[in-house]
Amino acid sequence: MHDDFAVSRRVVLASGAASAVAVGVPGSTADAANPAPQPMVAQVAITVNGTKHSIDVDTRTTLLDLLRERLQLTGTKKGCDHGQCGACTVIVDGQRINSCLSLAVMHAGNDVTTIEGLGMPGQLHPMQAAFVKHDGYQCGYCTPGQICSAVAVLNEMKAGAPSHVTADLTRKPRVTPEELRERMSGNICRCGAYANIAAAIADAAGQRA
Amino acid sequence: MKPFTYQRATSAPDAAAVAARTPGARFIAGGTNLLDLMKLEIEAPAHLIDLQDLRLDRIQRTDDGGLRIGATVTNSALAADPTVRRDYGVLARAIVAGASGQLRNKATTAGNLLQRTRCPYFYDTNMPCNKRLPGSGCAAIGGFSRQLGIIGTSDACIATYPGDMGQALRVLDAVVETVNALGDVRSIPIADFHRLWGDTPHIETNLQAGELITAVTLPKPIGGTHIYRKVRDRASYAFALVSVAAVIQPDGTGRLSVGGIAPKPWRVAAADDALPGGARAAAALLLAGSRPTEDNKFKVTLVERTLAGVLADAQAGKGS
Repeated sequence: MHDDFAVSRRVVLASGAASAVAVGVPGSTADAANPAPQPMVAQVAITVNGTKHSIDVDTRTTLLDLLRERLQLTGTKKGCDHGQCGACTVIVDGQRINSCLSLAVMHAGNDVTTIEGLGMPGQLHPMQAAFVKHDGYQCGYCTPGQICSAVAVLNEMKAGAPSHVTADLTRKPRVTPEELRERMSGNICRCGAYANIAAAIADAAGQRA
Repeated sequence: MKPFTYQRATSAPDAAAVAARTPGARFIAGGTNLLDLMKLEIEAPAHLIDLQDLRLDRIQRTDDGGLRIGATVTNSALAADPTVRRDYGVLARAIVAGASGQLRNKATTAGNLLQRTRCPYFYDTNMPCNKRLPGSGCAAIGGFSRQLGIIGTSDACIATYPGDMGQALRVLDAVVETVNALGDVRSIPIADFHRLWGDTPHIETNLQAGELITAVTLPKPIGGTHIYRKVRDRASYAFALVSVAAVIQPDGTGRLSVGGIAPKPWRVAAADDALPGGARAAAALLLAGSRPTEDNKFKVTLVERTLAGVLADAQAGKGS
């Protein structure tokens, strides 16, 4: 992990005395007197689901768009694209984040797990299996984000992180339906399949315990 | 989003120096607020200075028994820190009352202080907004203002500072540490960090151009019962209509800061002094001179009632 990071930083920062990452400007048709803003390109070395990639990206590219448009990992979904719905949730270095609100260039050297990396048909992650068992979806669009988020929630609880509904801040929180609901509030389900989502996560939490 | 160049800073003074000499430069840490605004082109930095390599992500004891919180410590890490949970419960409570688990994993201590208002007219680029486009007017005044400010506002802007964490930092008398392009460090008491809008609502803090927050320090623990009570339109993942951060001592004295009502965490010395006399007296002093709109005058009552709830909880020993 740390070696990857060192390599990627060298690659990313090697391009010029100013240490800015912009390494190239694609051709443009804007006239010289009134140039349009030019896209800036940078290289990102990143590990996704165990596979290393080194990719040139427009600096504006979000981690979400890198995953979907460049790596064709379309399991991660774009819902609101503003960090409000949670459909884009992925796990970066063990932490769940909204991939839509994070720039790909800021993740050089990181280790990203998407829904495809959690499990695939025939070898489902226990959380994926629990969602299938409990029918924890209707249309399914929010499901990859729900599952990535739920996997991380159980790890957060295992680590003892408090939530808004944790009664005693000095004690390890207990896995209760109330705790799970509060911790999953960043994942919206437009179909309203919350009852089955909650049941699936509780079931998966029980399997772990 | 407008194109921008990007670099990772290698030291805090260097980051400040680059920011001071680069037109349109902005620091980026978690990015959860800045990127959101960049997508809407409300923010359009020409250059981003990423702070992730500066090792500002540590929480350390200070020599005088307090705590030094690095600028890029995430909200999640800060709320989970054992010392914070034990000695500064109001801070842990305020943090976990805000945003979502995903956002708290990215959002940072300094970034949270610098987050911009959620006034819907600030976000709607079709509307006038003195904060977004100075001199264009304020669509919120006379518009839908249920969520907006009731005190410390101006004829130019009635937006609020939206944060939860800042309310706790205000009752804890936190100090913001910064460094500038020359390498000079400065300590800004949290009370002096955010500005009232006045005629310049686009200037939200007293930071100077290029000045970088390196840490937030807390004085040594003050004991008492720590409570953060947040009233909002849904039970989780919503901004406050009104929130109260409070530390109440066994003798009934205490401190309070109220969120959701003003351009900055709203704490008034006279209201603190009046706490032993109950919520009504303290709320009246806290809100002296308030100028609510027809839409948000309910907040005047809500502040008093939320505070009454806080004081009842403190009396019953319900707190951290």
